[in-house]
This record gives sequence, C-alpha cells and structure tokens, in this order.
Amino acid sequence: MNASRKLREEGTGMGITVKTVTRWLKGPILLFGIYLVLYGHITPGGGFGGGVVIACSFILITLASGERAALSLFSKNVTSRLDSAGLLIFLALGWLGTAWAGAYFYSNFITTPEAAQFTLLSGGIMPMANIALGLKVASALFLVFTLLSAFKIVERELEDLPDPADQQQEGES
Amino acid sequence: MNVDVQTLIPLFVAVPLGMSLLVQLLARHRHVLAEVLTIITLLLLALMSCYSVGHSGIYHLGGWPTPVGIDMRLDALATLLLLAVNIVGLAVSLYSVDYMRRFTARSHFHSLFLLMVTGMNGVILAGDLFNLYVFLEVAAIASYSLVAFGCAHEELEASFKYIVLGSLSSALILTGVALVYGITGTLNLAYIAARIAETGRDTPLLLAFGLFICGFSFKAALVPFHAWLPDAHPAAPAPVSAMLSGVLIKAIGVYVLARLAFNVFGITDNELSLLRWLGLLSMVAGGLLATGQKDIKRLFAYSSISQVGFMVLGLGLGTPLGLVGGLYHLVNHAFFKSLLFLNAGSVEYATGTRKLKHLGGLNRQLPVTAATSLVGSMSIAGIPPFSGFWSKLIIVLACIESGYYGFATAAVLVSIVTLAYQLKVQRMAFFSALPETLKGLRREPPMMAVAMILLALGCIALSFAVLTGLREPWLISAAQQILTAGIFGD
Amino acid sequence: MIYSLCLLLILIGLYGVVVSRQTLKIVISLLIMNHGVHLLLLLIGYREAGSPPIVDPSISIAEFAAGAVDPLPQALVLTSIVIGLGVLALMVALCVRLYERYGTFDVTEIRRLRG
Repeated sequence: MNASRKLREEGTGMGITVKTVTRWLKGPILLFGIYLVLYGHITPGGGFGGGVVIACSFILITLASGERAALSLFSKNVTSRLDSAGLLIFLALGWLGTAWAGAYFYSNFITTPEAAQFTLLSGGIMPMANIALGLKVASALFLVFTLLSAFKIVERELEDLPDPADQQQEGES
Repeated sequence: MNVDVQTLIPLFVAVPLGMSLLVQLLARHRHVLAEVLTIITLLLLALMSCYSVGHSGIYHLGGWPTPVGIDMRLDALATLLLLAVNIVGLAVSLYSVDYMRRFTARSHFHSLFLLMVTGMNGVILAGDLFNLYVFLEVAAIASYSLVAFGCAHEELEASFKYIVLGSLSSALILTGVALVYGITGTLNLAYIAARIAETGRDTPLLLAFGLFICGFSFKAALVPFHAWLPDAHPAAPAPVSAMLSGVLIKAIGVYVLARLAFNVFGITDNELSLLRWLGLLSMVAGGLLATGQKDIKRLFAYSSISQVGFMVLGLGLGTPLGLVGGLYHLVNHAFFKSLLFLNAGSVEYATGTRKLKHLGGLNRQLPVTAATSLVGSMSIAGIPPFSGFWSKLIIVLACIESGYYGFATAAVLVSIVTLAYQLKVQRMAFFSALPETLKGLRREPPMMAVAMILLALGCIALSFAVLTGLREPWLISAAQQILTAGIFGD
Repeated sequence: MIYSLCLLLILIGLYGVVVSRQTLKIVISLLIMNHGVHLLLLLIGYREAGSPPIVDPSISIAEFAAGAVDPLPQALVLTSIVIGLGVLALMVALCVRLYERYGTFDVTEIRRLRG
C-alpha cells in the first residue's frame, strides 16, 4: 500500500481536495457496487449496474490521482484476464446446466426451498451469474477507460503528415 | 456416433464464444496456439453443421417453456446458412494463418474472428427477436473492429463510415423491435407470427416492418443503403473481406430479411414488389459501378452488391422457383465471393499492390491463385456447368414464369456485365504480359493455397446440387419449403 | 403523444449524424439516437399508476401481475445500453486514431476513399 500512497501524493491528477474526498469515498462506492451485484436477484441492479458502479470507483481513482495509481492496484494485464475469466465463468455456469443436471443450457439447477425465498441465498444460479457479469463489466469498463485515456493528443505541424493529394494522383479510386 | 441434435444447437454459439475467450486468456502472446485453437474450433463447427443436415428442432434455453423463455430453432434454412458460414469460416481461418503473419497482435484477430462467427451462428439459430438483435450486434461489433485491424489510413476511415452506418441501422432495427413488442406483447418469433396472423397487419406493424426492411437492407448492402460496403470491404485485410462479403452480409442481412418477411410477418404483393425493385436497383447499380473500378478488391465489393441484388430479386418473386434461385445464389455467392477475395488477398500478398494496371501475367507466378480464381470467375459470371450458371438460370426462369419479362431481361444483361468485369480482372491480372516489376515472385504459402483449393472444391461441389433436379436442388429445396410454408407452424 | 416525442429525439439524433462535420459530434448524435430508442422501448412497458416490478412476499402473484409495470422492456433496455457502450468505446477509439493519422476531426477532410 505504500507504493500507491506515494503515487497518490505526486503531482499527477487533481488537487488536494479531490484527492482527499476520493480517498474517503472510493471504499463506500466499491462496497455499494458489490452490494448491487450480490443482491441483484432480489432488488434492482444485478451484474450490469453493479459492474458499472465498481468500475466507477476505479475510474474515480484514475481521475483524481492519475492512472498509475489505479493501475498499481490492478494492472492492465490482470484486468484483461479477469475480463475473459468473468465471461468464461458465465459460460461455464450455462454449460453446467446441461452437464450436471442433464437439462438445458442455463437451466436453474439449484432449487431454493420455499422458506428461503427473498433472502440472499436464493435464486439458484442467478447470484453466481450476477457475480460473473459484474466482474466482466467492471473490468471491461475500467480497461476501456484506461486504454482510451492513454492516447495523448499532441499538437503537431500539419506539414509533417503525408499529403493526401499526392496519393490521389495515382488514380486512387 | 449418435448425438442428439438438440444438444448441438446451443454449442454452435457456446463453442466459438468460449474459444474466443480462451484465446484471449491463454494465447495472448502465443500466436501459434491461437491459430491452432481457431482452426480446431471451426473444424468442429463445420462438422457439426454437416451433422445437422436433415435434422431440425427447437431448443428452449434454461428449460423455460416457450412463451416465457428464449428459443433457438434449427430448420433446413438455418442448416443451409450454418453450412455456408462455418465451411467458409474454416477456409478463411486456414488462410489467415499465413496472411496475418505481417500483422502484430494476431491473437486479437483470432479472438475477434471467433466472436464474429459466434454472432453469425447466433443470428441464424435465433428464435427470439431480441436474441437475434443481440447476436447481430455481437457480429457487427466484431466486424467493425476487424475492418480497422491494420490501423492504416484507409482502414480507419472505412471502419468509421461502416460503424456510423451500422449503428444507425441497428437503432432502426431496435425501434422496429420496440414497436413489434408493443403491439404483439411477445418476442418469440413463432408467437409473433401467430399474433400477426390473428390481428392482421395494421399501420404500426407496417411501420415496424418498414423499419426492419430499412435496417436489414443496410446490413445486406442493398442500394440505396450500400454506401459503406465499397469502402469497408477493400480496406479490410483479405480474410476479413472474404468473411464480410461472403457470409456476413448474407447471414445478418438477406437471411434475416427472408426469415422476417416470409415466416413472421407474412408477405404480400406490395412488399414483394418492393424487394424486387430493390434487387433490380442493386443488380444494375452494382454491376455498372463495378466495371469502372481500378482496384481489384473494390471491383469485387461492387460485384457483391450486384449479386446480393440477384438474391433479393429471387426472394422477391415469392414463387417456389424464385426462392430456390435466391437461396441457391446465396450459398453459391458465399463460396465464390470468398474465394475471389482470398485470391485478391493472395495477389496483394505476393505483389504488394491492388491496382489492376500494375498487375499482369500472374498465371505463371501464382498458379494456385490463378487456377482457383478462374473457377471463381467462371462461377460468378454464370458459365455452364459451374454453380453460378444454375442459380442465375433458375432466377431468370422464375422471373419469366411469373411474367416479369423486364426483370428477366435485366438479370440477363447484368449477367453479361458480370462476365465483362470478371474477364477484365482475369485479363489484366492473370493473363496479360508480366511487367518487369513483378518478376520472381514467391509462390503462395501452403496454408493459403489449401484454403483456396478448399473453397474452389466447394464451388464445384455446389454445381452438383442440381443433379436432383432443376426445381429441387439438393439441400436448397428443403430450405425453400420453410419459407413458402409461410407463418411459423407452432 | 409521448411516443411522438421519442420519435422526435430519434430524428434529432439522425439530423445530427447527417449534418455534423466533426467525428465526435457524429458519435454524440448517434448516442442521442440510441437514447431516443431506449426511451421508446421503456415507455412501451409503462402502465398508468403502476408499481415497480419487484415482488414482495405480501402481495399475491395475480395482484402483482395486474398492477406492476412490465419488467421485460427494462431488461431489454439494460442490454441495449451495454451494447451501446461497447460501440461507443469503439467509435471513440476510432476517432482518436483517425486524428492521429489524418490530423483532423473534420469529416470533410477524411476522404481518401472515393469512387
């Protein structure tokens, strides 16, 4: 944790107010996202919305302290592998429906007893599917944001670029 | 080995999706592993499609009964398209082993390629309207990325044009889905068909149908919705062009149009005549614009527009013979257009240029390319006894049989124009004298040659399909009966 | 009446795509068009004075089905928003790469492919 604290206090990102507030808020935002994912089968939310909120906590760190602070928590390589792993878990859940229970793809082969409805541990495979989706969406969004913010647009002289008119003389059509 | 076809149906979508993710996870830097995984996946898919010939079934995802759950249907029309998509995909994946060697990040190419195959298989097998839309988007997004794969100037520009027009058409299609859901209250294709048969087709449904025709004509590149195709198909790398022009515009364009028009909405004379005129416009415009092109791949791209016009003309006739002609031309075009694009890619790989006036005399230098491109050109131009001749003959005969002599004359004239520009390509690229700059070229690498020979054999094999009778080619008549059966049975 | 407002939003997005000279403005107009379509899809599931579609143990299923808003369009719109997000990411990446190659965001200058 010391390395990320040092990165956070360097001259990147935004001012001291933003950094302090981010330091307080990123934990609750992450927890809220995890709550949305886990309770997705009883309350509105689920994998997509919860995943977006989890990604937002990481994007908040990127905006406030620069991208190296966020990447020190989850590097691009790890995030990319989590991304693929999330969707593979989702596919595996579907395939288990056929392999284990002998039924169809994505059949809900874990039944819940009547008394346990509307509690956290109900809904069959849906909580696991929500977790896999949340993992996938969060890592995908964070990766998109990091990769797009890596493009640094530098003002260049337009004479340096190849002149399109030259290539068109060759009968480009 | 006797496997129940029911269990195979979801595997058409799950296997390439899982393999795409595995390639991303395991083979990010090990390109050879990525190539091997892709080829194995497509071989498996091709074998599964061959196995599913003659079978049909409905698969309920999750075990939920029909109105509540999502269905996937396999019938003869779906089998026909699955065969085309997966066999062409196998050939293209073999070809891309050697062609993509000069690109970096090859594993991403294979991952995106498998995603595109997932999307196409999903569209073909979809029994639910929104599922169809989601898989359509999966295939489309994969193709947008693949067109921009090389990140050169033209590829980026072409991909931008493609993605803007593609998103526009997807928004139109989603509006149509919203209207259909609002009126019929269900998304299952069979139930929608039943409700439409009960309530008749009043104005909001006609608006939805019109939106579907516009949206899917964008995807199928019918004139006047074709503006993205002549830029996107030449700029993409050759294996991607072959997949796009050979199967994507048909699997997510013409096939869905036929399915919705004949099986779900029930087609009437007005809409059939609209399809005929769209087909005629595409045929003529594509054919005439192709003759003036100086770039070999751009010529083939305009030729694709023209041939899709033939298919839609055949579908728009509405009679069984017309439907047979349209579907037969669809499968033929998948094979010979992919073959022609792979040939153009092989020419570009060896010589480094795509301009016809800089090419010549490649008959001796690239023998496999020359031979297979001769097969492909004769097929597309409609020279007997190749497959293209039979499908065009059936379309012309169907036009005459229904009394549309003008359309038949136009079809024959456009066939002559097709012959003209194919001869132009053959003469300028292969048969003329060898210019100084092109002496001493290497031959094609073995995998590319294998892929091209595979597709050429497929073209020749398709011409044997008429052996069971001109009115009932082997697999295609079963597919045609699905369409003429009208609204979905159950 | 409300549906025609959604259609107006879609047409505004379409107008933006046709008229815009900059690639990023085209992207934003496509986003507006997508928002209009999502709004249309959501409003189709609406029911006057309906309750949110969350099942409570104290309400019977029949009462719930008669009084709640349709939950299916909400699921469809959620999926469609995520698809739109993917396409948006791809379009923005293309715009940035186009700027690197051509040096401009102006669509009228990015016209090498012609004919």
